[in-house]
Amino acid sequence: MTLARRSLLAAAPALAAATLAAPRAARAQAGAGRVVILGGGFGGASAARFARDRFPQLDITLIERSRTFTTCPYGNLVLAGRRDMASITFGYERLAARGVRVVHQAAVAVDAGAKRVRLADGAQVPYDKLIVSPGIDLRWGAIEGYDEAASARMPHGWVPSLQPISVLAAQLRAMRDGGVFVMAIPDNPFRCPPGPYERISMVAEYLKRHKPRSKIIALDAKNGFSKQPLFQDAWAELYPGMVEWRGASNDGRVVRVRPAEMEVETEFGDRVKGDVINVIPPQMAASIAREAGLAAASGWCPIRPTTFESAQVPDVYVLGDATVAAPMPKSGFAASSHAKHAVACIAASLAGRPTPPAVFFNTCYSHVGDDYGISIVGVFRGTPERIVEVEGSGGISPRNEALGARARDFRKLEALYADGWYDAITNEMFG
Amino acid sequence: MRIAAPMLAFGLLAAPPALAQAPDAALLAGSCQGCHGATGEGGHGIPSIKQQQTRAEFVAAMRAFRANERPSTVMGRITRGYTDAEIAALAVHFGKPE
Repeated sequence: MTLARRSLLAAAPALAAATLAAPRAARAQAGAGRVVILGGGFGGASAARFARDRFPQLDITLIERSRTFTTCPYGNLVLAGRRDMASITFGYERLAARGVRVVHQAAVAVDAGAKRVRLADGAQVPYDKLIVSPGIDLRWGAIEGYDEAASARMPHGWVPSLQPISVLAAQLRAMRDGGVFVMAIPDNPFRCPPGPYERISMVAEYLKRHKPRSKIIALDAKNGFSKQPLFQDAWAELYPGMVEWRGASNDGRVVRVRPAEMEVETEFGDRVKGDVINVIPPQMAASIAREAGLAAASGWCPIRPTTFESAQVPDVYVLGDATVAAPMPKSGFAASSHAKHAVACIAASLAGRPTPPAVFFNTCYSHVGDDYGISIVGVFRGTPERIVEVEGSGGISPRNEALGARARDFRKLEALYADGWYDAITNEMFG
Repeated sequence: MRIAAPMLAFGLLAAPPALAQAPDAALLAGSCQGCHGATGEGGHGIPSIKQQQTRAEFVAAMRAFRANERPSTVMGRITRGYTDAEIAALAVHFGKPE
């Protein structure tokens, strides 16, 4: 959008409205285009649904290798025994019924010059605009000894398509009472910043109920974490003496693992043995994005904060965990927020209309105990240079001491709303 | 919509200068839908916001959340991130038809 156009719109919102209300046929003709989406997770499925609902002139193809999608969110509740795998697994049938062309093939390459995607079966899928919502890969070997083979003994439970959370859950079920559950937690940035700490909480809930003499030792490569005071309040209140968290300055960074000995080693040589060891390794954007030239040296994909178009490859939009979108967290809700905005920007670009204002949103709930939920909220704006959080908004829920007599009801409501969020967002994608 | 002076000032302060463009209600509503459901229907104790209130009532409710005059778990933190113009657009999107 030119500056003149921007100030014209600013001066006359009524004119903008009139432009948007132009006859549908004219718009459809002008704005038609082929949108191809790689990856059917929170970003890709949300993009497909939003595009199909709102922009009938767009031709939407969703390319996703798997026939089902198991969410990362609520995986920790499988550890607690509150959920089973079926309840966090969804199919693409409804999206297909809504008119999204769903192709269950692996995408193997993006030819950005020819604007087409090559699939594992050799088919070429042309696009006008490409959305890449690939998720993450784990950096095997970043922790010495932690490769794919090691992850069978020391599960990560962090990328459901690589390893379902049920693998870690089975080890937890088999652990003796009085055993030690060890976690290795990575430095920023990584998928789901509060996730490891919700995991500590849900494992603690299970242990308290079934194996109360057991302990959790969480070794962290950083010195602070998301919703930290809320998590630590809850651990002290609900699971006293059970959780030991060690940050980086307390030699918490795990640098080496020995699966045969069921032992991890920290930066300064402390060796910690566990009966169950959960290693969440460092991460990067998934391979398809890196191979397509979308990632920077960091392994993550820089985007234009006003549109989520790749900063490196034109007509390709990158969503979700794979992006550099701080201060937005790598969360499912954030990916869904990126998705809707990117789709609207794509539709606007194809129709020659100005880009809509970039407003992004995130809420992350965590379950920390029975009827005990906590949250972090953020409202963000994209400027040409960066994404900024709106000052004075968002943040974490109040601590119990600040809530006083309201604390119990507040925590109960946040647990209830967490379930509401999960149902709403998964229904929006797959319902 | 008539906006009380203090709230107008708040709204202007909260809005970065780049936001002069008219809000995109359907896009903004996507944030609400993440919890309140695809049509705003609610569920699991999350209230329905689908045509439950007049536009004026919707705006008043959001402003009360924003000012911490109405108790909430997340809505106070959320509404403080949006401008008056955006809340007005959402009121048209979710409010009773007028």
